[in-house]
Amino acid sequence: MANVFAFVETRGTDVRKVGLEAVTAARMLAEKSGGGEVHALLLGPPGIAAKATQVGQYGADTVIVVEHPGLANYSPEVATATAADRIKSGGYRAAVFSTSAQGRDLAPRVAARLGVSIVTDVLSFEIEGDSIVVRHPMNIGKVIATIAIAAKPAIIAMRPNVIAPARNAKAGKVENAQPSIDPATARVKVIETRQGGGGKLDLAEAPVVIAGGRGLKTAENFKLVEDLASAFGNAAVGATRAVTDDGWRPHSDQIGQTGRLVSPELYIAVGISGAVQHLAGMRTSKTIVAINKDKDAPIFKVADYGIVGDVFEVIPALTLAVREAKKHH
Amino acid sequence: MKIAVCVKRVPDMDVRFRIGVDNVSVDEAGLKFDINDFDAWAVEAALKLKDKVAGSEVTVISLGPDVVQETIRKALSMGADRGIQLKADKVPFDGLVIAKALSAELKTGGYDLVFFGKMSPDSSNGVVGPMAAELLGLPCVTAISSLEIADGKGTAKRELEGAQEIVEFSLPAVLTVDEGLNAARLPSLKGIMAAKKKPLEVKPAQLAEPQVTVRKMELPPERKAGRVVGEGASAVPELVRLLQTEAKVL
Repeated sequence: MANVFAFVETRGTDVRKVGLEAVTAARMLAEKSGGGEVHALLLGPPGIAAKATQVGQYGADTVIVVEHPGLANYSPEVATATAADRIKSGGYRAAVFSTSAQGRDLAPRVAARLGVSIVTDVLSFEIEGDSIVVRHPMNIGKVIATIAIAAKPAIIAMRPNVIAPARNAKAGKVENAQPSIDPATARVKVIETRQGGGGKLDLAEAPVVIAGGRGLKTAENFKLVEDLASAFGNAAVGATRAVTDDGWRPHSDQIGQTGRLVSPELYIAVGISGAVQHLAGMRTSKTIVAINKDKDAPIFKVADYGIVGDVFEVIPALTLAVREAKKHH
Repeated sequence: MKIAVCVKRVPDMDVRFRIGVDNVSVDEAGLKFDINDFDAWAVEAALKLKDKVAGSEVTVISLGPDVVQETIRKALSMGADRGIQLKADKVPFDGLVIAKALSAELKTGGYDLVFFGKMSPDSSNGVVGPMAAELLGLPCVTAISSLEIADGKGTAKRELEGAQEIVEFSLPAVLTVDEGLNAARLPSLKGIMAAKKKPLEVKPAQLAEPQVTVRKMELPPERKAGRVVGEGASAVPELVRLLQTEAKVL
């Protein structure tokens, strides 16, 4: 039996989905170790304390709430110091973070400060004797490594979307705490968080991803992809590297080896040939659909379902059909 | 300005990998190696600053066996001034071990800025930069896609999921580089010739005991062969039916 720490990622006063995934993963680890407690750290500006109940619903026995006006934006140094101090004093068997932009920044620092190793982008985990054994993709997902972590605490950062947040209500006892350092003294300050496109679903979190490639011919034609995404209602729009390099879409929309890694329930590739660099970012999607006019395009080798045809005919027809299908639900 | 860039030699990913006979490594036979893309962008970022600030010096550091000297030479041919190889039989998987060895070297250099790529595609862990920063006790901004340095301070942009952060930091600092910051320059013939004469120091890497061990490597299960549902817009109804009844995603 061992207690497990979870870092709950927030943005402003919102808990991010990956934050609940971390709590769920920590709960699973605690259960696997014979039923320990999960202690979740919730850090943010005034108003974040109201989210403690939600964190308890997903399996936290204790929610450590650190509310501070200096935490309206992410503060790497405050988060590192506060998480590291808590993990050290709590004697946890493991600490769970997310492999998100914030988690990739934070988790390695916390590990280094504690003098322990870390594995990020974790796909699954088991407890085997004295080790926590995890699966981790290498070589852009073309190789899967099984890695034994002997370090205590074991620090892992979960890949987004591999563990669905699961309700498993625990006490969620609130413990108010102070940040370990004053945010005003930090040497690294996020002075602004610019939201891109209000309320837009994020690529890593959306259950459906529609991605467009050069086959769309112009930036304006991405409207077709956006229309299809809005027909689904739960879809985010991505793009290939060729498209972001040409400036049709921002770099942050790029799915691939050097861009974002996604593994949604449904991935629809529109006018994408399927370069290795792109496949690296989406091959773990559960269902892949490809629409391309070239029947020999490599994307059809990884697609569960393909339509060979002109995207300018097929996508509007698919958008209508999806809209119809959604109506009857 | 004194700038260091830590670089890694990585295999070209555009191949079908084979697992080595030991089952815990990738078979390197026939693989082509080059500098990690993110690290090339890090070198470019350092060179851009060097171009701007007279008297700057760019040092390139790589940990690994003698073949990493090729990677260091590539950065020197782009315009970096000197190289340091931290010699080790192989690059350990444990990012903390790498970060400790690099930071032991970096702390003696008195650098104003230390650049890393945000990750390498082979180990795909992305932890060495921020871990080294922490061990050095320096401010750190990860995955930057823009950078301004003025008056001993820096401003950088980071891409988040559906948002961006604008970050201010004090120098000295550690920065890790994302795609989009710049396009790496190609070495000129003159640069390649000059690189041969630039100093490249070889020192033993101080490797700590690893706390994580690769037990097994395997290829992921192949996706089962898909099927083409049909041609053109007339195939849409069948696709929708399959998405509803078979894949159950609609």
